[in-house]
Amino acid sequence: MSGRLSRGGLVPYLFVLPGLAVLGVWLVFPLVSALQMSLHDWDIVPGSKSPFVGLDHYAQLVSDPLLLSTLANTVAYVIVTVAGQLALGLAAALGLESVRRGRVLLRTLYFVPVVTSWVVAALMFRYLFNSSSAGMVNHLLVSVLGIVGRPVPWLNEAGTAFIAIFALGIWKGVGFAMVLFIAALQAIPEELYDAAAIDGASRRRAIRSVTLPLLAPTIVMTAVMLTIGAFQVFIPVALITGGGPVHRTEVILTYLYDVAFRQLDFGYAGAISFALAGLVFAISQIQLRFMRQSALAG
Amino acid sequence: MRKDFVPRRQTRRPRLGLVAVYAALVLGVAVTVFPLLYMASTSLKDQVYVLEVPPQLLPTNPTLDNFGAAWTSNHFSRYFLNSSIVALVTMALVLLLGSMMAHGLARYRFRGHRLVRALILFFMVMPAMSLLVPQFVLATRLGLLDSLAGVAIVHIAQGLPLATFILYGFMIGLPRELYEAALVDGAGAWRMYRSIALPLCRPALATVAILAFLGSWDEYVWALTIINSADQRTLPVGIAAFQGVHTSNWGLIFAASMIAVTPVIVLFALLQRHVIRGLTAGALKG
Repeated sequence: MSGRLSRGGLVPYLFVLPGLAVLGVWLVFPLVSALQMSLHDWDIVPGSKSPFVGLDHYAQLVSDPLLLSTLANTVAYVIVTVAGQLALGLAAALGLESVRRGRVLLRTLYFVPVVTSWVVAALMFRYLFNSSSAGMVNHLLVSVLGIVGRPVPWLNEAGTAFIAIFALGIWKGVGFAMVLFIAALQAIPEELYDAAAIDGASRRRAIRSVTLPLLAPTIVMTAVMLTIGAFQVFIPVALITGGGPVHRTEVILTYLYDVAFRQLDFGYAGAISFALAGLVFAISQIQLRFMRQSALAG
Repeated sequence: MRKDFVPRRQTRRPRLGLVAVYAALVLGVAVTVFPLLYMASTSLKDQVYVLEVPPQLLPTNPTLDNFGAAWTSNHFSRYFLNSSIVALVTMALVLLLGSMMAHGLARYRFRGHRLVRALILFFMVMPAMSLLVPQFVLATRLGLLDSLAGVAIVHIAQGLPLATFILYGFMIGLPRELYEAALVDGAGAWRMYRSIALPLCRPALATVAILAFLGSWDEYVWALTIINSADQRTLPVGIAAFQGVHTSNWGLIFAASMIAVTPVIVLFALLQRHVIRGLTAGALKG
């Protein structure tokens, strides 16, 4: 590939360096100093001594019960919201691909939450899940549908608060999964459906034996991307429960923020950052391997 | 020419039962847009009616008072201005620096080529928040704390890897003959970038511009971390702080939210294709 590029002496550096300088100062340097912080008992007062503690902060990761519970919460968020976005996104894509009228309008409306600000969306859900009977979700459940007897105090308990948080995570991302699935559906060659029809396959059979297998790579890739995103959940928790009651809805990043800016323990925060980054990189390796495989197959 | 003479190719793509599908799709859309419509409706309510029992879908006495109050009090017009400045500066610099880097990578061979590409891919995956603390320390040392410049520079750094990646992918496909012809005409390196690469990349530039603007306009955590004084806040920080102060004044909070969200939704409606392409760009090629 690079065989057909020209040599330009100094010229290419002049094009690359300005951007590279920004990346160097604001991403590479912070990355190195995060590593350094994680190995020290970092003192935020400039000029004061920060004793070297080696891997102590990393050992602390494993023995911190709060970190383990935030990890469990994060994993729950990842599983529920990724599954929800995939299922509903796929359903919306299959539905939209089988109608003719109003398709563009419907697709646009499904995508609106994706471009809605996370902060605004979180406040909206907080309002919808208001604990009193003035909350819309409570009103629907109690008075309209009659499923529950009394208004649910959603945000007062971790279990019910997570329902609001998960609902937000799914609501915000269905449109994103949907457009990826629509693109994949449209790439399926017509001939395959012709062949299935000639073989006497029913509609349901065609979906099961043609559509879904050909969609599988897209489903896996979308799942990986959504997983990477979901591990980095912050705003929904920060603005709906603030991690409370008593840290019970805390996720990795809200806990990181708490350790860094409330407890001012930059060293431990650095270790948490690296653990999360390691996790995300491990997942993205799966994506990479998978894409290489499908590139070879295709 | 009459269209109906052209026989439509009959498709065998499986179509689900039409009525049931429409019903399901409309129900899905209703759930999707309901929170936004309810927010819009609440922003038009008088404070007295905001936490009514039972909650009302439509305002009894619709009023624009909340919008007036949100805009004039609480520095809100200032937040809007701050966000506009930060997002536009971020967009401009991401476009400039990203397209220059992409051009350098796509057109030339040089030492460190592979390293630069690896760096870009690495930071596309790296979770932004894991660099929050050291970036905060750096901003403090450089005297950028509590400044819009400090907000923007990190937004630029966050937006640059993906922008460069998208533009590089586009530029690598431009035919070399164009540059060779320009070389014969005596064009210098800068003119080739300016008059050949950039104009030909217009669709990709539009995608990148929207992506950078949206990313900066909605970014919350970094702005929250380095801004202390009220008049330096950006919209997301301002709105969240609003909610902290006026805990149950939802009419005011949602009027403020509407002001923040409307430009983005209008932008989306107008430039739909670019927005969707931009937001899914990371997914299409790895």
